[in-house]
Amino acid sequence: MKFKMMLLGMIAGTTILASGHAMADTADKRIAFSNNYAGNSWRQAMLQSWDKVTGEAVKTGVVAAADAFTTSENQATEQAAQIQNMILQGYDAIVVDAASPTAINGAVREACDAGITVVSFDGIVTEPCAWRIAVDFRQMGREQIKYLEKRYPDGGNLLEIRGLAGVFVDDEISAGIHEAVKDTKFKIVGSVHGDWAQDVAQKAVAGILPSLPDITAVVTQGGDGYGAARAFAAANRPMPTIIMGNRQDELKWWSEQHAKNGYETTSLSIAPGVSTLAFWVAQQVLDGKEVPKDLTVPFLRVDQDNLEEMLAKTPEGSVANVEYSLEDAQNLIKSAK
Amino acid sequence: MNRDHLRILLPVLSLGLLLAAVFYLQPRAMSYFGLNLLFNLAVPVALATIAQMMILMVNDIDLSIGTFVSFCACVTATFVQSDPVTGYAMLLGAIAVYAAMGAIIHARGLPAIVVTLGMSFFWSGMAILILPSPGGSAPAWLNAMMKAKPPLVPVAIIAPIVIGLIMHYFIKRSSLGVLLRGVGGNSQAIDRAGWSVLGLKATAYGIAGLFGVLSGMALVGLTTSADANIALRYTLLSIAGVILGGGEFTGGRVSPIGAVIGAMTLTLAASFLSFLHLSSDWQIGAQGAILILVLAVRLVFTRREALA
Repeated sequence: MKFKMMLLGMIAGTTILASGHAMADTADKRIAFSNNYAGNSWRQAMLQSWDKVTGEAVKTGVVAAADAFTTSENQATEQAAQIQNMILQGYDAIVVDAASPTAINGAVREACDAGITVVSFDGIVTEPCAWRIAVDFRQMGREQIKYLEKRYPDGGNLLEIRGLAGVFVDDEISAGIHEAVKDTKFKIVGSVHGDWAQDVAQKAVAGILPSLPDITAVVTQGGDGYGAARAFAAANRPMPTIIMGNRQDELKWWSEQHAKNGYETTSLSIAPGVSTLAFWVAQQVLDGKEVPKDLTVPFLRVDQDNLEEMLAKTPEGSVANVEYSLEDAQNLIKSAK
Repeated sequence: MNRDHLRILLPVLSLGLLLAAVFYLQPRAMSYFGLNLLFNLAVPVALATIAQMMILMVNDIDLSIGTFVSFCACVTATFVQSDPVTGYAMLLGAIAVYAAMGAIIHARGLPAIVVTLGMSFFWSGMAILILPSPGGSAPAWLNAMMKAKPPLVPVAIIAPIVIGLIMHYFIKRSSLGVLLRGVGGNSQAIDRAGWSVLGLKATAYGIAGLFGVLSGMALVGLTTSADANIALRYTLLSIAGVILGGGEFTGGRVSPIGAVIGAMTLTLAASFLSFLHLSSDWQIGAQGAILILVLAVRLVFTRREALA
């Protein structure tokens, strides 16, 4: 029976490839999305991407339903209860952006035991029965230094803007940066916490600037680049190369500077559309495909070449985004094997 | 029917009504498995609610219970699991700190709301020190206990009943329980009768600490690992649970069974709203609306009571 199902799945899979969409073996499957927080532009864009892509998928009959649920407060205990409710509602798969990597493991285990496919992304869970689409935050730190090394082979002074103290993401990105800096001629001369917010970053940078020597570049964690730029401008200091984090205000400022004086930098972050990638991965698992448990989210990078194009596509106050397709998910799965 | 019965009637009715609505929306919940999923996360909330009830009973309020439960969860997921002796010693120490807190609040005449608010930062800091990043794992026996599948009735139902009954007999029937309620009702009278209010307050806080510890342990048994912020919500949930269950902020008027039912009602209310497919933007508001509704109905009840 299982073999037959798998065979059916494979046939259905090939049909998908051939026809581009629809008629999958997953037509009667229902997928739920458990989201823990919706209070910033990134999360809003993520939910919009989910609605857009899954709405289309439901319409064309790829899956029967793809409902998104957000907990009213960003708390692990609430999300655990939410996942348990989803089990009761009889969903076939649960896509989850977790409030804590460990605190909802019990509920995730419960879901797996009930035969439900659990795919976590961005905020991943450590429970082994779930799939993980993780962001390599260390790599995000290393990439910044890699770019800067190309721009400034002779090195220079760096200012580091960190995120929210005590959060795993902040530690990881910073560790990646420090790791990469070791092998270069760069020197980190200052470090402040910008909490991933422009206003906090601006205040923090303005506070430390008077005590700093000339800064060649600023390494960041996203959401803090524009604030750093404003602080440098206000202090009348020469503008360093500030790595951006794909926020619209950052890209806009960069584009204006480029028009004025040829300012160049790079920008990278995770596209909020990664929720749609998780959706397709869940669909592929339901389809009976063999999918490795650990996948890595690709970065969305904005360079000088595609800056104007990305900026035009990004709504004001939002963040640069791409939505992923079934093929993207299949490619990701293939590359991970 | 006496006052106590009336007091308990409303929480029972609201829980029954919500449960009926959930069963109507999601018939699948009407099973052993379903009930367990609906209520298992109510067990730690119920324990935290009892802890809060002990404090409310002596006319104080505890704003640190959420972070305290988080701290206990972190200790349970780390020390208790790897080095039981140190782990249990730490938990016992935490209970002692709670009792001492009660004694200090009484001896120095400090406002409990301020002391416990301050302590909440202490517990939160300790939790982060013990478990800087989420992780740890539950002791095997604890996990087995919380995930046990006894015949006929799931743990999620048995545990609240046991907690409610034990505390009912302790608070309502034992002489210590009467004294503790007396501290909340009229501490001067208790003092004049020759009892040490200081000792009684420390006892009440100590018992609250004990239930905080149990709550943290139960939570880790369910989630299998901890996080320094795991139970922050419990502070407000526990206060709401006590009040919903017929307790009052002053006068030593509390009902342990009501408090447990209140905790279960609050947990169920969240599930009910998500079964309704209500947008998350409305959920907090709707949860509040349910709370206000129940309390409004209670006001009508108590008015009657006063008139009668």
